[in-house]
Amino acid sequence: MSQNNGSNTSLRLKTGLAEMLKGGVIMDVTDAAQAEIAEKAGAVAVMALERVPAQIRAEGGVARMASPKKIREIMAAVSIPVMAKCRIGHFAEAQILQELGVDYIDESEVLTPADEAHHVDKHAFKVPFVCGARNLGEALRRIAEGAAMIRTKGEAGTGDVVHAVKHIRQIVQEMKILTVLGEEELYAKAKEHQAPYELIKMVAKTGKLPVPNFSAGGIATPADASLVMQLGAEAVFVGSGIFMGNRTSCGHSGDRHTYDDSCAFAPKEEAAKRARAIVKAATHFNDPKVLLEVSEDLTGAMKGLAVAALDEAQMLQTRGW
Amino acid sequence: MKIGVLALQGDFDAHRKRLEELGAEVVLVKKPEQLDEIDGLVIPGGESGTFLKLLGEDGFAKLKAFVQSKPTFGTCAGAILLAKEVENPAQNGLGALDIGIRRNAYGRQIDSSIREGKFGDAPIEMVFIRAPKIERVGKDVEVIATEGSDPVAVRQGRTMAATFHPELSDDTRIHRAFLDLIK
Repeated sequence: MSQNNGSNTSLRLKTGLAEMLKGGVIMDVTDAAQAEIAEKAGAVAVMALERVPAQIRAEGGVARMASPKKIREIMAAVSIPVMAKCRIGHFAEAQILQELGVDYIDESEVLTPADEAHHVDKHAFKVPFVCGARNLGEALRRIAEGAAMIRTKGEAGTGDVVHAVKHIRQIVQEMKILTVLGEEELYAKAKEHQAPYELIKMVAKTGKLPVPNFSAGGIATPADASLVMQLGAEAVFVGSGIFMGNRTSCGHSGDRHTYDDSCAFAPKEEAAKRARAIVKAATHFNDPKVLLEVSEDLTGAMKGLAVAALDEAQMLQTRGW
Repeated sequence: MKIGVLALQGDFDAHRKRLEELGAEVVLVKKPEQLDEIDGLVIPGGESGTFLKLLGEDGFAKLKAFVQSKPTFGTCAGAILLAKEVENPAQNGLGALDIGIRRNAYGRQIDSSIREGKFGDAPIEMVFIRAPKIERVGKDVEVIATEGSDPVAVRQGRTMAATFHPELSDDTRIHRAFLDLIK
């Protein structure tokens, strides 16, 4: 007899799966072969995508939900949970992904937004959602809409960790402040953060988000994973960092390197090595000895793109509100 | 009494909280040598394949020796690790419980559920998340909890396992039953 009615039960199941992913690495993959590399390396889940964020950034165009056929192939290839992205506000893509049976939906700023005012009403779904956030208010608005996991946005597809750090620091600091305020001060904070008072009160009491808090957006090396986890992230999403090439391995000679070359995939064995190293770094994030070991073993990282060199209009993180 | 919680990955923190509420001193175990300092071990929920990769061959061997000599309790992925035979797909087990277990036997996350089962004769809430199913129970294994006609928690000597997540319910009975094995 199933007893999955009731929104509390539903939320417990949704956050329950996020609990199981803690301390782990969720890897972006574009096909079954990459999914297998990720699973073999110890990923706790994969995110099925048409193109990884670095490619989306370089190629432009409208980025949509991945093709269901591709996602189904990935689901068939691995036994770990499979997540997929829908566009912000695109509840029809989300309905299709739920029907397909993905384990988590990421309502993601990496894809081109479908609604300029509304996010998906995530309470209406049985499948859990993860959403990006840059600050506490944004996180709590997503949770109010039914998100069962928050990830900091960072700046996807850059390999530059600076905004992942900025966003996790911001959220952690805003939560700390709430814990020392009097109850009468929390009303003003709810207004300031544009978030429901009940959720503000909950964070003030526990000092934590009511759902798991992961980190994403620019994490490219074992040291990056360790950094965001030491700052308070409970797990990491690694996107372009594993499968994208670096300068010496993308197959072009030095003087032919242009921005577009950051889109060349890394050789399979190198990607697998990076994936294994980041998995170990997430577990032993506060053990410099292990971090040194796994870092020493690597031959390169994705080429990357400094976030400071990006125009506001090129930023993905400002999508969503 | 020092209880270790295997903290390679997964919901180890939920187990830590529960065990501390019950008065145990908890150590988060990330390195094989930490197994030497503890009186019992909890293997949490998470991804069992990831656990195996992070353990490596040496960690697996050391853990196998530990579970043969000291009380151990596994939930979900932990139960998979403790089993003798693992299916869907096949993977290495520690063999501390003479059971056969099938991974993701109920389906995907959409099929996860909270159900009422029985612990002994008493009703108890059970949180199943992409849960495995115990498909074979050896003759020396005692079934201590059921859901419908399925065995969902078992004990053999001082090794215990549940396919659901008592660490995600408020009920403390299952963890107390494990601590009783250590006293």
